[in-house]
Amino acid sequence: MKVTNILMVGVGGQGIILSSNIMSRAAMHEGLDVKKSEIHGMSQRGGSVFSHIRYGAKVWSPVIPRGQADVLLALEELEVLRWANHLAPDGQVIYLKNQMLPSNVEVYPEGVEAAIAKLPHHVLALDPEELVAKTQNKKTLNVAVLGALSRFVALQDSSWRAAIEDSAPAGTFELNITAFEAGKALTRQEESK
Amino acid sequence: MDKMLLSGNEAIALGAHEAGATVGVGYPGTPSTEILENFKLHPGSRCEWSINEKVALEVGLGASLAGARTLVTMKHVGINVAADPLFTASYTGVKGGLVIITADDPGMHSSQNEQDNRNYAKAAKIPMLEPADSQEAKDFTKLAFELSERYDTPVFLRTTTRLSHSMGLVAPGQTATPPPVGFDKDKKKYVMLPGHARARHELVERRMAALSKDADHMAVNAIEKGDPKLGFIVSGVAYQYVKEAFPKASFLKLGMAYPFPDGKIREFRSMVEEAYVIEELDPFIEEHVKAMGLKVHGKDVIPLTGELSPELIHAAVSGEPWACPPAPAFPVPPRPPALCPGCPHRTVFGILKDLGALVTGDIGCYTLGVLPPFSAIDTCVDMGASVSMAQGVELALGGGAANSPIAVIGDSTFAHSGISGLFNAAYNKRNGLIIVLDNGTTAMTGMQPNPFTGQTIAEEPTVVIDYVKLGEAAGLAPGNIRIVDAYKKEEVETAIKELRATGKLSLLVAKGLCVILRRKSHGKKN
Repeated sequence: MKVTNILMVGVGGQGIILSSNIMSRAAMHEGLDVKKSEIHGMSQRGGSVFSHIRYGAKVWSPVIPRGQADVLLALEELEVLRWANHLAPDGQVIYLKNQMLPSNVEVYPEGVEAAIAKLPHHVLALDPEELVAKTQNKKTLNVAVLGALSRFVALQDSSWRAAIEDSAPAGTFELNITAFEAGKALTRQEESK
Repeated sequence: MDKMLLSGNEAIALGAHEAGATVGVGYPGTPSTEILENFKLHPGSRCEWSINEKVALEVGLGASLAGARTLVTMKHVGINVAADPLFTASYTGVKGGLVIITADDPGMHSSQNEQDNRNYAKAAKIPMLEPADSQEAKDFTKLAFELSERYDTPVFLRTTTRLSHSMGLVAPGQTATPPPVGFDKDKKKYVMLPGHARARHELVERRMAALSKDADHMAVNAIEKGDPKLGFIVSGVAYQYVKEAFPKASFLKLGMAYPFPDGKIREFRSMVEEAYVIEELDPFIEEHVKAMGLKVHGKDVIPLTGELSPELIHAAVSGEPWACPPAPAFPVPPRPPALCPGCPHRTVFGILKDLGALVTGDIGCYTLGVLPPFSAIDTCVDMGASVSMAQGVELALGGGAANSPIAVIGDSTFAHSGISGLFNAAYNKRNGLIIVLDNGTTAMTGMQPNPFTGQTIAEEPTVVIDYVKLGEAAGLAPGNIRIVDAYKKEEVETAIKELRATGKLSLLVAKGLCVILRRKSHGKKN
C-alpha cells in the first residue's frame, strides 16, 4: 500500500495545526500507520507554516520527500506557489482564495492566481466567503476546507466524523459536521462544472 | 488498549509517567516545552517551571537524591546553562532515576545555534538514548529511568525538533509504582569535595566502561539485515529518513547514542560491503567508528549543518540528484515571522528605532524587533546577554551612560539570568538603561507563567517578584526605577529619555499584556 502524503500550508495563526490534527486522527481511525510533522515556535508569529501528514500501512519519514505530496492544501494563495514543488507530478492543489500580506511587503504581488492556474497540477480553488455563507459560521471554515479535501483522499466518512468528534470543542460537533458536509458538497459542484 | 496519536514530547511525558516518575522540572524552550506541560497533567506528578535550567537541574538532582524518579526538561542551549551541575551530577549519581531531556534543534527552527548535544554525553560521561519516533520516545524514556537506577547515573534522552513536534502512534503500557522516597545520607557520594570526588570519578569511568560493554547486548542497538552491499549506521530521526530513501539496505540502529556498542559496530561493518554513518550535525558516531579503524562514509557526503531529509540523503549516497519538479517561476516573497499586530513590544521598538540607539537584545518574541520596520536590535546571543553585553560595550568605549547601549529583555528572560546582570552592573558602577519588556508571560514558547506573573505551572497564585524592590536592592535611586504602560507611547518615550538623561544605571519596566493573552481573556469574557 502506497503512503499517502498531504501537505497543509498557510500562515501562522490560521489554524493549520488543528486542521492537520483532525486529518491525522482520521487516518488513525482508519486503522493506518500515521505520522505528522510540523514546527512550533517562532514561525507561528505570522510566518509561513506547514504540516506534513503521511499515512499508509507503514510510514518511515515524518516529512514528505520533496516532489511526493499527493495533495497540497493551502489556506493562502502565495503559499500555494511557495510549496508547489513539493507536489507529485499528478498531485492535487486545493487552496482557499485568501490573500495575506507578508510582513515585509507593501503590496500583495499581482498575478498569483494566474500563476497558480498555470501549474501543471490539478487545481481546486475554494471561495472562503461562499463556504462561510453556506455554514453561517466563520469558525468552522477550516473544517469546511477539510470537507473539500475529503473528496480527494480515500478515508471513510466514519473516520472523519470520529476525528472531528475528538477535536471539536464541546458542543460544536454538529456545527463542525455541517461545515464538513458543506465543504464536501461544494467540491462536488466544482467537479461537475 | 488502543494506540494514541502523540507528539514526541507527549510520548516522553507519558513514558515518564509510566516509569513511575513523580517530579518534573524544567525551563521552557522550543522544542522541549510541551514535555512538562503534558507531564504535569498526569496524576501524582509534582512539577515546576524553574527560574532557569541550572536551577532546574539542581532541583531535579535534589529530588532524585531524595528518592523520586525525576524528569528534567530543557532545550539544547539550556544544557549550557545547566552544565555546571550536570558534570558533577555524573559523579554523585542518583537515587530515584534522573532523566535529563536535551531537545536539540538542527536547522534552528527556533534557536540561536544548532549545537549537537551528543557531545555533552561524552564530555559529562552520561549515557544518552536517542529515540526515532513517538513510540520510541515513550519506550526509551522508560528505559532511561531503568538505566539511571541500574547504573547509578543521570541519563540523557536526546530529542530533536523533528521528533518532539512530529506525531505518531503510541501504544500505552503499564504504569510502575513510584519507589518510596527518602534521603539517605551518604557524604562520600553526595558531598563532592576533592577527596570524595576523586573516588567517584574512578566509579564514573568504571560505570561508562560497563555501559559500553553492555551496549552490545541492548535491544535498542539493533542490526536489521538487508542488502549486504549497502549498510547504514544511524540513530534518532535520521533512521527514518534513511529507511525512506533506502528501504532495502542493512541498518545498525543505535538507540543508545552514547556510549557505543563496539562489538555490534564491528559485527555490522563486517556484514556490509559499503557503510555510511548518517547523522545530523557533528560526526559524533562517525569519528568513533573511524577511531576503531573501520572504514565508513559520513561527512564526506553529508552536510555538517542543518536538518537532513530523505531526498538529501538519497542524493548524497547515490550521487544522483533527487527527481523533483521545478519550482514555479513566480517570485514568491519570503514570509518571515513578525511581532503580532497590537503587540506591546511594538511601541518600545518604534521609540528605539527613532532614537537610533545601540540596543543589545535578548531571547524571546521580542528578538523579532531586529526585523523591519523596526530594525531596532543590534545583538542577540543567549539568555540574559542583553544586560551584560551592554556593560561590556560601556567598559570598552569608556565612560558613562552615553556609551552604554540600551539593554532590552523580556520578563521571563530577566528572571532567568538578567537579574544577575543587573547586580553586576550595579556592583561595577555601570550606567546603562535596562528595559524589561514585561508582557505578563513567557510568550515565545507558548505562554508559560514565570516569577513575574504571579502563577505557578499548576496555575496556583504565588509571589510576584517586585521590580522596584529588586532595583532598590541593587542600589538604584528611586528616580532610576520606572514602571510604565507599554501601550502608552508617550509615557514610554518620556521615561526612556529622562532615565537616559540621568546618566545613571536605570531600570525601566514596560508593562503590557501579550496581545495573544489579551485576545484569549476577551474571548473568555464574551
